[in-house]
Amino acid sequence: MLAHLRRSVVFAVVCFVFFGLLYSLAGTGVAQALFPHQANGSLTAVGSPLIGQTWTSTRWFHGRPDNFGPYAANPKTGVAGGDNPLVANGVKGESGATNLGPRSKALVADTRLLVAWWHAHGVDPTTDLVTTSGSGYDPDITPTDALVQIPMVSKATGVSPAALRHLIASQTQGRQLGFLGSPIVNVLDLNRALARLE
Amino acid sequence: MAYFWTIVVLVAALAVAWRFLGSYMAAVFDGRVHWLGFLERPLYRALGTGPDHEQTWKRYAGALLVFSAVSVFATYLVLRLQGSLPLNPQHLGAVSPALAWNTAVSFVTNTNWQNYGGETTLSYLSQMTLVVQQFVTPAVGIAVAIALVRGLSRRSSQTVGNFWVDVTRCMLYILLPIAFVAGIVLVGQGAVQTLAGPVTIHDPLNGVTQVIARGPIAFMEAIKQLGTNGGGFLNANAATTFENPTGFTNLLLIFLLLVIPFSLTYTLGAMVGSRRQGAAVLAVMAIIFGTWVGFTSFAEHQPNPAVAAAGLAHQPTGNMEGKEVRFGDTSSALFNVASTQTSTGSVNSSADSFTPMGGFGMLTGMMLGEVSPGGDGSGLYTILLFAVIAVFIGGLMIGRTPEYLGKKIQAREVKLAGLGVLVMPIAVLVLTGLAVSLHAGRAGPTNVGPHGFTEILYAITSQGNNNGSAFAGLNGNTAFYNVIGGIDMLIGRFAIIVPVLALAGALAAKAVVPESLGTFRTDKPMFVGLTIGAILIVGGLTFFPAVSLGPIVEQLSHGRFF
Repeated sequence: MLAHLRRSVVFAVVCFVFFGLLYSLAGTGVAQALFPHQANGSLTAVGSPLIGQTWTSTRWFHGRPDNFGPYAANPKTGVAGGDNPLVANGVKGESGATNLGPRSKALVADTRLLVAWWHAHGVDPTTDLVTTSGSGYDPDITPTDALVQIPMVSKATGVSPAALRHLIASQTQGRQLGFLGSPIVNVLDLNRALARLE
Repeated sequence: MAYFWTIVVLVAALAVAWRFLGSYMAAVFDGRVHWLGFLERPLYRALGTGPDHEQTWKRYAGALLVFSAVSVFATYLVLRLQGSLPLNPQHLGAVSPALAWNTAVSFVTNTNWQNYGGETTLSYLSQMTLVVQQFVTPAVGIAVAIALVRGLSRRSSQTVGNFWVDVTRCMLYILLPIAFVAGIVLVGQGAVQTLAGPVTIHDPLNGVTQVIARGPIAFMEAIKQLGTNGGGFLNANAATTFENPTGFTNLLLIFLLLVIPFSLTYTLGAMVGSRRQGAAVLAVMAIIFGTWVGFTSFAEHQPNPAVAAAGLAHQPTGNMEGKEVRFGDTSSALFNVASTQTSTGSVNSSADSFTPMGGFGMLTGMMLGEVSPGGDGSGLYTILLFAVIAVFIGGLMIGRTPEYLGKKIQAREVKLAGLGVLVMPIAVLVLTGLAVSLHAGRAGPTNVGPHGFTEILYAITSQGNNNGSAFAGLNGNTAFYNVIGGIDMLIGRFAIIVPVLALAGALAAKAVVPESLGTFRTDKPMFVGLTIGAILIVGGLTFFPAVSLGPIVEQLSHGRFF
């Protein structure tokens, strides 16, 4: 028993140094040396294309409604405004989904609000545009999700639908290796391209 | 079609790994791999033990239990003291006692149930302390499985190996190299690995200011998947782009989950001297896993009933509530099924928002006892318990003393296997009953109606199976759920490991019976069918009433919302 205890303590200390500290630190060193841009969050001056943002104005293409409409920041719950992911959770800065079940009345009501908002702006929404993501800051939409928003964006910006269709096509990333994941459009990249077009 | 090719590539990669990683792991545990001997030898000297110090099953179990207790205590201390320790750029305070207890037990039992939001609760040092357990606990699970395999392969032996040596070799030669390479690949695809704190960025285009959480994420992600741990750095786990940035990393993470549990069946075959025996166990795992993947993927390709009721009856991309666009419906289902059936529990989409039958797929996958393919090591040792039950049933049918791999299966072995198989259902059903009858338990769920009950049942099933997957709507960070969850996880881990090691000791002591014409062959389809039957009957009969109150009622409630 005492021998077990002594060995356990020695082993725990060795494991902590080797797998807790050295593994993480060596990993950080290699990552920073090989891929410094990715390792720090793929940051640009206007945000990370890996972290979705809230687009409220109709002159931009919108992403998933993760913190928009019924899921927007709520001052009553102490959740500040800005664009912290996952305000829907009520915890500032924490990633996560709504966790509403498939037969939830709350989900029906929230989704109705989003559908009505899109219809009011002349858009027939796709599923992605009225459902929230798993992370709470999904940065991507499908090309179809972008195409259905053309009437709204064209009206607000004055850019012709044909030019917007061309823009979406130029920003579409196909499936990786032809079969992995879904074809996507990054909303931040798409809107930056749109800003340059104007 | 894209999903079809995803499956084809996954199966091909696993098949190659099964052959080569499987035989490599057998070599590691036979002591034929030495390339990190310069690290191994000084450690054995410090411990005062080594490969020549063989242990009886009792000493093996004793070392395992004492070491696990020390690990729980040390992890608890770090979580409680994180406010005064370094590597805490966000200046987060101490974790509460109940939450620290739950979290320490959770990581030492390879469960990785998380009642906290990582980026808002734990310092970088605390996260690194949890990473230690993410290396140690799969190694402990694999060591127990290897001890059981030695029980089957050795003849008239009093010993089953050395716990310290098995765990060390597993971490150094198997987990560390694979996790390190995978970590680099993840960063290359966009996962984050930095010691710098959160960053604040203002976007002039839309006028928003974001606070973006960062940290040493990618390398934790690699071992979290490879070690069938499941506890990620960020609250939303592998749904976030910083943990799982692309369609490719999604497939890589699924591969990492499955590779060791499946490949251990080759190791079994290699160590008992018959690859066909390993292949038969693999077939049991693969048939159950494939069935559940198909069922759940189909379920998630259906429309979400609540979204349909809100005016979008036509949902060509399937149920997208709680899912990421870059993965889509079916690859999200594949990830979550792989994660629930390997006792991992990581998620790339919100399990709580799956369709009723998608939720059924994940829940029942855990209820089968985590054998298809199960966690690192725990999958193999649990399925071997079912194999013992299967040959026992086969023996009863033909009126002959059953054998498995040349070892006579007698009363003691059947009792130990029965105990190991029944501990989990008893713990889960009793604790679920307790939770729904107490106010503190009923206060947990976010959703109401059958889905609320499923949130409770799912949480206790997940912890009892050392999975860690959650219907995350349940508010588990309460004194009640923290305490009973800790008990549930301890039972699910150690009340199975001890009978397994006792079985290993009992089998190792036996002589080998030569095969005869009357021997029930355990490398044939009949055995595969019998074992699948045993797994489905035990899981189905014990859990059907509970499941029918949750996802089944929910599926049948057409047009009703709660």
